Amino acid sequence: MSPPVITAKSLTKKYKEFAAVDGISFEVAPGESFGLLGPNGAGKSTTMRMVGAVSTRTSGDLSILGLDPNEHGPEVRSQLGVVPQQDNLDMELRVRDNLIVYGRYFGLSHAQCGRKADELLEFAQLTDRAKAKVDDLSGGMKRRLTIARSLMNDPRILLLDEPTTGLDPQARHILWDRLFRLKEQGTTLVLTTHYMDEAEQLCDRLVVVDKGRIMAEGAPADLIKQYSTREVVEVRFGSDRNADVARRLAGVGERLEVLPDRILIYSEDGDAELALIAEMGLEPITSLVRRSSLEDVFLRLTGRSLIE
Amino acid sequence: MTAVTEPFAAEAAGRALAGGVKPRRYGSWYVAEHRIRGMRSYLKTLLVTSVGNPLVYLFALGVGLASLIDKNLGPNGFNGVSYLAFVAPALLATAAVTVAAEECTYPIMMGFKWNPIFFGMNAAPITGNQIVNGVFISVLVRIIPTCVIYFLVMLLFGAVPSPWGALTILVATFTGLSVGLVIAAYTSRIVDDKGQMAMIMRFGITPMFLFSGTFFPLSQMPIFLQWIGWISPLWHGTQLGRVLSYGAVEPAWLSALHVLYPAALCVWGWTTTQRVVTRRLNK
Repeated sequence: MSPPVITAKSLTKKYKEFAAVDGISFEVAPGESFGLLGPNGAGKSTTMRMVGAVSTRTSGDLSILGLDPNEHGPEVRSQLGVVPQQDNLDMELRVRDNLIVYGRYFGLSHAQCGRKADELLEFAQLTDRAKAKVDDLSGGMKRRLTIARSLMNDPRILLLDEPTTGLDPQARHILWDRLFRLKEQGTTLVLTTHYMDEAEQLCDRLVVVDKGRIMAEGAPADLIKQYSTREVVEVRFGSDRNADVARRLAGVGERLEVLPDRILIYSEDGDAELALIAEMGLEPITSLVRRSSLEDVFLRLTGRSLIE
Repeated sequence: MTAVTEPFAAEAAGRALAGGVKPRRYGSWYVAEHRIRGMRSYLKTLLVTSVGNPLVYLFALGVGLASLIDKNLGPNGFNGVSYLAFVAPALLATAAVTVAAEECTYPIMMGFKWNPIFFGMNAAPITGNQIVNGVFISVLVRIIPTCVIYFLVMLLFGAVPSPWGALTILVATFTGLSVGLVIAAYTSRIVDDKGQMAMIMRFGITPMFLFSGTFFPLSQMPIFLQWIGWISPLWHGTQLGRVLSYGAVEPAWLSALHVLYPAALCVWGWTTTQRVVTRRLNK
């Protein structure tokens, strides 16, 4: 097997006394699609900045492509593509020019930049907007342009920080499709997200992060298998009755989670549990049987919801 | 690590090391190139102001006010020259200072906050120091043509008696840079815009323009206000400009000070801005 392209050991970042990243360790193999899943403030973006060789770690070891980013920041960054959480395209420049100035930062010639920009505009489905002002693009188009920009240097590793936050469902699906293509071409992807569906769609393997620490690690399906049941029954009895009913439901399913607006019943067979509830004479306002997701894994691990 | 995997690792690290060579060497120029490309979008405005500005000032002061002063003092009654010749080097230096102040306030605030392109550059192989260098190179790219155009208009008005006068372009550029770099050292620290930049213009640049011996010799101001001139790079630039432009007489040590003082400000402003920007990027 090839050696990892990223190795982090006890990676820590402290701001005064507060540890934003508190001793996390992980490895990413070449060509792998690796995710950091966690709520806002979990330390995902801070981790990404350290991996992106722009933020100095407080302690621990970090190696990107065999180099220490503290020593070789520009060298490491020459091999990365970065899609930051907040778009930082140059609003004064037009779409294609944004790609060209960015390519120059990697030492590409004007001719190389022009060729690559046209190729990536095609990839990002922005060819007809090449001369548009960045300001006139929709949120999804800006995101695609940022991804195109991050590919100007043919990066070995692509870092994506919350790539689809704030986008409408259609724009997200277009973006996922583009990221899939990159994955197929063998680009190593590292992404942070607080969307479980995104993590399930894109990640071969992920770590669940909370309060700067890793809570669990594995492939999405394995994590679900390990920390949750096959199915989940969601029942709502109205916020004032939920807690009451939950007491009577003790023993139904393998495990219960009582949330303010609904009760989750973890079970291998959701329909059977639903029938049981009906037999007990409890009449939920709404009920739903679904497959377990990473959201359930997160709830199990932290007792909290991903999106709060 | 097994023997099979070593070549891969070595190849990856080798590619990274090679990839860093050009950005490390030319990064500052790439940043300047980016900024200059950005200026293209308002090139017309830049041209119109850099031609219009000297025309308006020299006409108002050199033709309007000067005719009044020269009528009272005689044609060479002001420091041994016409009022126009006296005031022209000061206006040239002021034009450079104004452009430098513009370029070292909003664009820096923008790069961190309103349109945080500095973070984008830094995510590529560009360092904080290179971003600062690139911004300052682009400031020079704006100051120099402004000064050249200004100087040509001065020639047109007959405001430059000495052939050495062309050197005032360099002096003005240097003066502008020294003010710009000091301002940049401050603006690079600003996190929240609370109108600090308007304050710089109103309470920094404008009083400096008025009290730096621009319209009358510094010695004519009350002694308790003269310090404004002494600490003002604009006064130093203006005085050196006058020495070159029409041979104003002053002790050699003072002329030396006119060079050393702005140079010291440049060094301080440059290194401080680099330090602040580097620290701010490393979150």
